[in-house]
Amino acid sequence: MENIYDVVIIGAGPAGLSAGLYSARGKMSTLILEKSKTGGQIATTEEVANYPGSIEHASGPSLVARMVDQCKEFGATIEKDTIKEVKLDEKIKVLVGEKNTYKARSVIVAPGASPRLLDVPGEKEMTGKGVSYCATCDADFFTDFEVFVIGGGDSAVEEAIFLTRFARKVTIVHRRDELKAAKSIQEKAFKNSKIDFMWNTTIQEIKGEGLVEGVVFKNLQTGETQEYMANEEDGTFGIFVFVGYIPQTQIFKGILDMDEAGYFITDDNMKTNIPGVFAAGDCRVKSLRQVVTAVSDGAIASVQAEKYIENNFHE
Amino acid sequence: MIAVDKETFEAEVLNADGYVLVDFWSDGCEPCKALMPDVEELEKQFGNQIKFVKLNTTQARRLAIKEKVLGLPTISIYKDGNKIDEVTKEEATRDNIEAMIKKHV
Ligand SMILES: Cc1cc2nc3c(=O)[nH]c(=O)nc-3n(C[C@H](O)[C@H](O)[C@H](O)COP(=O)(O)OP(=O)(O)OC[C@H]3O[C@@H](n4cnc5c(N)ncnc54)[C@H](O)[C@@H]3O)c2cc1C
Repeated sequence: MENIYDVVIIGAGPAGLSAGLYSARGKMSTLILEKSKTGGQIATTEEVANYPGSIEHASGPSLVARMVDQCKEFGATIEKDTIKEVKLDEKIKVLVGEKNTYKARSVIVAPGASPRLLDVPGEKEMTGKGVSYCATCDADFFTDFEVFVIGGGDSAVEEAIFLTRFARKVTIVHRRDELKAAKSIQEKAFKNSKIDFMWNTTIQEIKGEGLVEGVVFKNLQTGETQEYMANEEDGTFGIFVFVGYIPQTQIFKGILDMDEAGYFITDDNMKTNIPGVFAAGDCRVKSLRQVVTAVSDGAIASVQAEKYIENNFHE
Repeated sequence: MIAVDKETFEAEVLNADGYVLVDFWSDGCEPCKALMPDVEELEKQFGNQIKFVKLNTTQARRLAIKEKVLGLPTISIYKDGNKIDEVTKEEATRDNIEAMIKKHV
């Protein structure tokens, strides 16, 4: 007999893992599908200081590892697969992955978001060659090198602080004349003697052959451009980009309602336009995209999924 | 997969005849650790045509930079000691690595 899960969850970030924990604990057969690393975006950051209860040794990977353990403890299964296509209009929903096809009575969509690109010449070619979107992945290459961090939000400033443990100098390049990050994070950055700022500035082009060797900055107030070349001895430097995120919702276009930017539109109960399909986490239209709101969404979605199954599948 | 380091990289990769696939990873790189089981599966499939090795760049930073690897995960294919192809970051998925292998062998 083919296996039909009560709940299949797309994405094993905080939202998906929280949904998985609640679903499995509610005795629903639960499968979580993840295309990459478990933990989603938060598994790439060194410090998560603002999630209630995580204060010491609160690294992203360790927080996520505890979530995964808890999820499995209650009987959820996590499998590695990339969902490429979804068929959600029948009562039994079908998810087509790279490796397998899955069937479910209800689906919780928690695909999160991925970093927004600068969209300038040279960026694509230089990704992995000095341009990075993941500080914990690549910071140690830049031990004693120079690094530019692009952006002014929480992620940009926090990752800049993290990078000072490795780089000899970190310059935050921001298109406005003040940071958007939380005040407490800003204060830490302003106090850090390794951090410099370039205000009202964007990147126009990234240059290099094989490795990043130069960058062209543009001052948005004066319109002037300025080329920066790598220190001769170093030969290269780092450009870490944290200029926002885009929801990973492309495969749901035309199926689930979303806003212009691609964020799912749901009600307070995480319901999408299709009965039995719920959305949770950063992929949703909301005012705060953090772990604390992602796990909350996941919990609500799974309780709603349970109700939906009770009402629609049990006599 | 054979674990190589900055001492053995030259012999195992740069002086090797034929095809060598190198999985560049590091201790801090969670996406690398998530990808590695996929690379190990591919080794089962293609291991008789390509030698699979992995390099932890935490202890081999200069070497990685010399090989023009400055971001992880990166999966490179060498032929007779020369790098001929590579996928990195978001592009470094199981499907893309398999396609890259099939392009060459
Ligand atoms: C550098 C950085 C620092 C941050 N710091 C903090 C912090 O200190 N505190 C805080 O609260 N928040 C922080 N955040 C934000 C936090 O990481 C996110 O709000 C949170 O991870 C959102 O969880 P999520 O589960 O909705 O999405 P994600 O974490 O994005 O997880 C979604 C998962 O779904 C997977 N997926 C997507 N599509 C598919 C598919 N088709 N098939 C299978 N799997 C799929 C993805 O691979 C991913 O693993 C930070 C984010 C970043 C990038």
